[in-house]
Parts: sequence; structure tokens; C-alpha cells
Amino acid sequence: MSTADGTDVTPDGAPEGGGTDAATAGAPAKGRAANGAGNGAGNGAGNGAAGAPHRSLASRLVGRAGGTVAQVLLVLVALFWLVPTFGLFVESLRSTEDNNAGGWWKVFSHPSQITASAYSSLLDKPDFVDSFWNTVLITVPATVLVVVIASLAAYAFAWLEFPGRDWLFLVVVALLVVPVQVALLPVAKLYGNIDVGGFKMYGSITGVVLFHVAFGLPFAIFLLRNFFAAIPRDLLEAARMDGGSEWTIFRRVIFPLGGPAIASLGIFQFLWVWNDLLVALVFANTGAQPMTKWLQSQMRQFTGNIDILAPGAFLSLLVPLVVFFAFQRYFVQGVLAGSVK
Amino acid sequence: MAEVDLTSVGKVYPDGTRAVTDLNLSIADGEFLVLVGPSGCGKTTALRMVAGLEDISEGTVTIGGRVVNRVPARDRDVAMVFQSYALYPHLSVRDNIGFGLSLRKLPKKEIREKVDRAAEVLGLTDHLDRKPRNLSGGQRQRVAMGRAIVREPQAFLMDEPLSNLDAKLRVQMRAEIARIQRDLGVTTIYVTHDQTEAMTLGDRVAVMKKGELQQVAPPQELYDRPANLFVAGFIGSPAMNLLHGSLSGDAANPRLQIGGQTLTLPAAVLHERPALASYLGRDVVVGIRPEDMEDSELVEAPEGSGLSSTADLVEAMGSDVLVHFAVEAAQVVTEDTKELARDAGTDVLGHMERPRTDLVARFSPRTRVKVGDPVTIRVDTGRLHFFDIESGASIWGSDAAGSPRKDEG
Repeated sequence: MSTADGTDVTPDGAPEGGGTDAATAGAPAKGRAANGAGNGAGNGAGNGAAGAPHRSLASRLVGRAGGTVAQVLLVLVALFWLVPTFGLFVESLRSTEDNNAGGWWKVFSHPSQITASAYSSLLDKPDFVDSFWNTVLITVPATVLVVVIASLAAYAFAWLEFPGRDWLFLVVVALLVVPVQVALLPVAKLYGNIDVGGFKMYGSITGVVLFHVAFGLPFAIFLLRNFFAAIPRDLLEAARMDGGSEWTIFRRVIFPLGGPAIASLGIFQFLWVWNDLLVALVFANTGAQPMTKWLQSQMRQFTGNIDILAPGAFLSLLVPLVVFFAFQRYFVQGVLAGSVK
Repeated sequence: MAEVDLTSVGKVYPDGTRAVTDLNLSIADGEFLVLVGPSGCGKTTALRMVAGLEDISEGTVTIGGRVVNRVPARDRDVAMVFQSYALYPHLSVRDNIGFGLSLRKLPKKEIREKVDRAAEVLGLTDHLDRKPRNLSGGQRQRVAMGRAIVREPQAFLMDEPLSNLDAKLRVQMRAEIARIQRDLGVTTIYVTHDQTEAMTLGDRVAVMKKGELQQVAPPQELYDRPANLFVAGFIGSPAMNLLHGSLSGDAANPRLQIGGQTLTLPAAVLHERPALASYLGRDVVVGIRPEDMEDSELVEAPEGSGLSSTADLVEAMGSDVLVHFAVEAAQVVTEDTKELARDAGTDVLGHMERPRTDLVARFSPRTRVKVGDPVTIRVDTGRLHFFDIESGASIWGSDAAGSPRKDEG
């Protein structure tokens, strides 16, 4: 890639470095996983030095106690962190009267208060159901478009030679620091001018999607380009020798190998767009509003209508959770292990 | 299967670095040609130009009669085995081997048959469903070979395919590559920095230095008749001893002075090397292979064939004994020997107060020489090598000396 290809050893050197990186990146992850499993089984911190001989009883006790204390502390912090969310969840499962009568912790003494009525009444509201589908209609295209466009662009930035490539990539990196609010007014004006055959860009789902795609792309390209660039060059050259065109190489070698990065990017992008309020507030009209905007419109200044907000919040949480757990295993996979050397 | 021709091929990188200069090689159909040289000598670049992974700056490359300068790698119909193996980590061994075929849209059944046959040749049948990361180094290497074999290409290109294996496995795979290549009869270009691999595998060996071809010849000829100091020093292990000497006497009775000691040369040496006669009375570079020396106590040593010195170091290898000793002759310092020293990782030879050159001799294990013992070394004077001090070229007859850097095959 670089001009340092002066000798015949340099092309070999680059992929070697890449390969080792991938291997070493995989190793600590595995180690951590093993440690985690050991701790879970009650081994404590002692397993970190399992091979060390002749540890005195006192030092072993200290080690084990230290590990246990740290774990207990972490669990406490985690529980503390979860308390408000848990409280909201409990409130979403109680009737309005019960919620007005006392705090959510009363549910422990009166388990019979639990009811799904708030959820069923919420799901009976057509504007909420519409806003749910709007969220889906905004999030899925915004995620798919970003992943597809960014991976193609990232491949070009990483592995295709074309004039001005590095400068163009610098521009992409520079776009990372442009905040969303800078573009709100200009884009709103621009959208206001687009009116093709009755279709108004301003206020439409398409407008929201395009805005999300535009602001998701710089980071997506940056992330994927760096991941693709770490793929050993030999692999691409082998595919080229095997008769692959650039498109085949991308589809059959790069894309599968980029799995972890693409999955991470997909999840991040999905969560960002799903949880976005600002862009929706500016660009979506009532017909195109996603859940976040609908929930916001239900906020009252003085009387909290908790029977709508609590179940609404949890319903909007459900899909991201499913997505996260479906794809989280791709985060930790070291796919490149064994390719070179 | 096809012949591969390189005609005045050169490579200049955009930053002006020159990697290959005026490379002329013609590789016959089915021939096994080894490109060998120290790291950075341009051998890998040359191979990558044939493969199509590197633009050809000068000259033409022809594969099977077709000029391929502008043909992309995927259409050149050659297969390459990479130093790093470059296996696709997300594919099973079967899919790795069959990848090239599936890109060529062969029917599934045919791919299956071909992959099975290749796996059988390579002993991979039991591993076809495994992923590369679950294979040992040797098995990965075999998969890389399988990927090349299965395509039945016009030529194999191999870029130091054995350098990542441990020594024992390397010997084994070396034999296997030789067997497979012989069975398939596919034209092969093999790049290595290991002269043992070069000697054992190649039908012909091309020695390169700093982007320039030094000599192309069958291994034995390279060993017996090196074209210049560089080839002489590079081929052979331990390396040929090079030192200053001066020729004296007359054509019937030539003598060689090495650091105050005199060796009598058989007259046959001058018959073999007519050009040497003109060097009588002049200084030359003398090359002595370690295996052409022996402990004089073990063999009959005629008058004027012995060098006496002291054993500085004795290394028993089992099959033979390497004895290091020094003579009071000037070291050979030329561009070639500097390059050799750099490749061996030793420092460039320094200046010394007295002329002194360290030599290595390979003795029979029956020798009883110990470190510090005085030793008389019997030199096989009929097998000495002579080089011109200025040019470093080997001194033969006028005909052989004329074209050492051309490809004769």
C-alpha cells in the first residue's frame, strides 16, 4: 500500500504484522473469558496465580478475600444502578391507582398488584402502535443502508488504489467531529424545498432515514476501514490468484471476515437510531413519528401519566435487547485465527 | 502447463526504488526453477510480477506464449502458494481448496471430485471439514498446496512456502513438494532464501543479488562452477572459504602462495581453466570448499598440498567435524563478500593489523584434532576455485567467463 514497498520483503512484512495483531487480540479475550468462568465457579482471584507454587496461607486468603470483596462490590454497584429501571418496570406492571397510592416497592408486600393492564391499554392505542412501526421503518433501513454503503466504501478505502484516496479518507475522518445539531437547520431548509409529486421530504420517514444514514456513515466507514485494513494482504492476493474479481473478493472473503466489525457496527447503528429523539423531533411529523417522539409527546409537566410512559419505555427497550443478545456473540469472535502462519 | 519467459524484466517502485534489474529467465515446460538469494534481492518481487500482483515496470513476461504484462492476476491461470499460506479462515479445508474452482463456476460435483483427489494426494482426506485454525502448521501448508494443485494451472508460483515450518517438517515437506511437482509436471517457480532448498528442489537454480541475476544453472553446476564470488559464497554450507593468494611458477608447474605457505597445483588445473595462465605471477582470490580439506593425518598428503595452522574451534557434527583455523592471508573484501556477510548476519569485515583469514574445514569424524592443537590440513588442490580480484568473476576459459550472467537454458 505505502511507498515503503521498496524491497521484496516489505509486502510480506505487512500481513505478518496484521496476523500477529489478530492473534494477540484473540488471546487476552480468551484469557479473560477463562478467568470469568473461574470466578463464577467461586475460585476467586486465586486462579490468576494458580501455577505459582508455595503461596502462604495468608497470601492465599488475602487474594481470595480481595477477589470476593471486589465481586461483591461490583454486584452491589450493578444492582444500585438497576434500581430505577427496576422500579419503572414494576410501576409499569401496576395500576395507576396503586402507583398513586404508594411507591413501587409496595409490590413486595402486595404481589397481587401486578397486572398487565397498562400494557394492554397502551397496545390498544393506535397512535402508539403506529409509532412503533414508524420506529421499525426508520431503524431498519437506516441500519442496513449504513452497513452496506459503509462496508463497500471501507473496502475501497482499505484495499483499492485510486488517486486521492488518503485525502478522501481524511475528509471522512474529519466528518466524525461534525455534530448533528450543526446540520439541523440547513437540512431542514433543504428538505423543505424537496416536494416531488406530492411527496414532501420534510416530515417524512425517508427524510429521517436519510439524515441518520448521512450522520452514521463517517463513523461506520472509519470503523470498518480500519478493520478491513487489518486483514492480511496475502488473503486478498490469494483470492485474486484464485480468480476473484474485486466484487467477489469483497463478497466472499472480506464480508465474511468482517463479520464481527459489521455486527458491532450494525448493533450500534441500530441502537442509536432506535433511541434517537433529536432527529425525529426536528424532521418527523406526527404521521412519521417514532416511539421516542410519541413518548415525549405524552410527557406532562405536572401530572405524570406513568401508566403510559412506563410500559412505553419497556416496549421500546424490548427490540434493542433482542437485537443485542442475538448478535453479541459476534463481538468476541476472533475470526482471523489460523488464516496465516 | 506452459513455459514461462521473462525478458529484460525490471521493477521500479513509484518512490524510485529499484527492486529488479534486467532479469532474463526462460523456464521450460514442467521445469522446477528456484530463485534464490539473500533477503531484499528482488526474488519475491520477480515472482509477484509473474503472478500479476505487482506491476511490471520494464520488459515482458510471457506465460505459455501469451504476453501477460497487462493481464490481471485472476486471468493468468497461475497458482501461488504464499509464505503465510493465506488460507481463508472462515472456510473449511474443503472450501479453501475448492475456492478457486467455485469462482470459476465449475459444477459442484466436479469440484467435490477434484478436491477429494487433491486431498488424497496431500493426505488431507481426514481434515476436509476442519477450519484452518484447527490445523497444524504442516497441514496448513498442505492445504495451501492443495489450493494450488486443484486448479491445474499453467504454472505454480511458490513464495518461501516452507519458511514457517520447523526444521524437521521442512525437510519432510520439501521432499513432498518435489514429489508432487514431479508427478504433476507443472512448471514451477520457487522462491527461497535457503540454499539447501534451492539445491535439493531445483532442476535449475537462479541466484540473485540486489535485483540482478548472477547465474542460472543446475544445482551441481552452480556448486562446481560458480560464476562469481557471490554465487560461490552463497551456495554451499558451510560456505566456501575465500582468501587472497598469489599464483607463481609456470604453466607446467603452477604454485599458489597463501599467507606464506605454498601449495603446488596440478597442471590439470590450467587445462581446465585456460584463462588462469594469464594470472600467473598475479594475485587472485582463492576459494576452498570446506569439504575439499581433510586432516592430513587421515589421508595421504603429497608434498605441497598441506596448510599448517592451529585449530581455533572444533565442532563435531556427528557425520563430520568442522575445524576452524586461520591463515595469514588477506581477507577478501568486495561488494560480493560484503553482501554475503550482511546476509549471514555477520559484520562487514573490519580492518586488521595483520592479514588473517578464518577458514572452516570439514574433516572426517575420525580426526583427533582438539581445540588449540597444531593441525596440518590437506587441501584438494585440484578442486580449488579462482576468482578475479577486481571483478569477482570466476576464472575459467575465455568462453565461460564471457557470459556468466546470462540465462543459458
